[in-house]
Amino acid sequence: MSGFELVVAVIYLGAAVCFVLGLRFMNSPVTARRGNAISAGGMTAAVLATVVLLIHSGTVSGAAWLVLVAGTAAGGLAGLYLAQTAPMTAMPQLVSLFNAVGGGGAALVGLFHFGAAGEPVATYVAVAVVLDVIIGSVTFSGSLIAAGKLQGLIPGKPITFPGGQLVNLALIAVVVGSGGVLIAGVHSVLLLILLLLASLGFGVTMVLPIGGADMPVVISLLNAFTGTAVAMAGFVIGNSVLMIAGALVGASGAILTKLMADAMNRSIGAIMIGGFGTGDSAAPVEAAGGQVRVLSADDAAIQLAYASKVIIVPGYGLAVAQAQYEVHELASLLEERGCEVSYAIHPVAGRMPGHMNVLLAEAKVPYSQLREMEEINPEFSRTDVALVVGANDVTNPAARRSGTPVSGMPILDVDQARSVIVIKRSMGHGYAGIDNELYTDPKTGMYFGDAKKAVLGLVAAVKTLVG
Amino acid sequence: MTVALFASISIFVLSLLVGFEVISKVPATLHTPLMSAANAIHGIVLVGALLIALSANSFVGYLILFVATAFASANVVGGYVVTNRMLAMFRARPVPQKQGDNA
Repeated sequence: MSGFELVVAVIYLGAAVCFVLGLRFMNSPVTARRGNAISAGGMTAAVLATVVLLIHSGTVSGAAWLVLVAGTAAGGLAGLYLAQTAPMTAMPQLVSLFNAVGGGGAALVGLFHFGAAGEPVATYVAVAVVLDVIIGSVTFSGSLIAAGKLQGLIPGKPITFPGGQLVNLALIAVVVGSGGVLIAGVHSVLLLILLLLASLGFGVTMVLPIGGADMPVVISLLNAFTGTAVAMAGFVIGNSVLMIAGALVGASGAILTKLMADAMNRSIGAIMIGGFGTGDSAAPVEAAGGQVRVLSADDAAIQLAYASKVIIVPGYGLAVAQAQYEVHELASLLEERGCEVSYAIHPVAGRMPGHMNVLLAEAKVPYSQLREMEEINPEFSRTDVALVVGANDVTNPAARRSGTPVSGMPILDVDQARSVIVIKRSMGHGYAGIDNELYTDPKTGMYFGDAKKAVLGLVAAVKTLVG
Repeated sequence: MTVALFASISIFVLSLLVGFEVISKVPATLHTPLMSAANAIHGIVLVGALLIALSANSFVGYLILFVATAFASANVVGGYVVTNRMLAMFRARPVPQKQGDNA
């Protein structure tokens, strides 16, 4: 190892250390930003060292420099623009999009080095190339489909088509067959491209049949996939910083995926096979007995204004309507009247674990008021009013019985509160596609409307009431 | 199997373990920012994409170089900026209201 190579290797090692420290600092909200900055610093150092390495090698043609600068600038600006303009509610699909390009990039690195070798490569390189191309391509197409589903470009409901399983099997056969031949030592770029195309196809058919409710878990899984693909690319080109960073992300994504699946009481296997709310499981859950009681803003305001303990249950409806500011305003108003207000955060409220916390933090809701499910569930029985803002399946008491699509999912015990106000646009179903028995409970009042306007209405009504 | 390959596999396995250890301690509140932070880190593939320039000398080579660097740099820049945007919201926490209560 020459002195120059040593310096580059040390910088790569330093970058890897920065990534580990960066993730370590994500443990606490206080140090999280510093963690991100450290991680970004490591990334910058690694990229700069690579550029210096390219200059030092002296073998990069002028045309290659031009292409490199153009590509980096185009991608960087596109990423910057999206990252700065996307609304907070669109974060999951944005993460999915970045997964797609990361996985795609890793697959291209593998493809290029295999093609450029021009002669049979060592078996372990062939293995790494095959895994890199498979995982990277599946991630690329799968992440695009997942992002499309969340963005509403592709219907969120599970999409199945006749013979879908057959197509899947055929694609898997092509992937396994061509991958096996390549690993056996046949050096064919065409075969690798076939592998790439089949993997792209498999990514599409893998994600299409999965319902929108499971998308966060899928995105997290694809995040882990991308990490693994990057690590494989590291093996292909013999670069340790790619191996280390890729493995770190692979492990983190795997854990996060498990946490999310656990929170929804779903197994990762069941999700990948599809089924939540697919056609056959949407059998009618016992006819919703009883009438729905509709409240006006004034009715709801009276209940809230004279409550001494209120728990707000935010859900996806709040996120979509961007109603976090209005909800915080209402909460502050109630607190001024001596009411105790807290927020019950279901582990998968919003679209990802922690997503709701991010949105409420944006509206400057104090941390101390955000309470996790296990912690707050015992308090519902002592609560005067539970105010459900755009949450559905996570409050459905049907989850406590067996035989419904939501059975076994941990829920917030909203129905234990003395009275319940539900703000919702319509009686439409949640992701699970079933009626929510909470809505027909006699102590529940439904206040229909867009979350933002409805809460604003409540704020105005409470103000006039207590003037 | 060469010594170098074995060393690489060791690095890979140990990095996986470090990833498990470091991440399993993160509170649920930070899961979305964490996913985004991890997402930014796999943008390290930009290093691999840049290294393509060492041997790219055909149209197809340049094309792959362009797409790979564009993909990877979108991942890096977007990932870090989005994570920072999320974390910026956690700033300026008001002092806990009940300061005297924690005995």
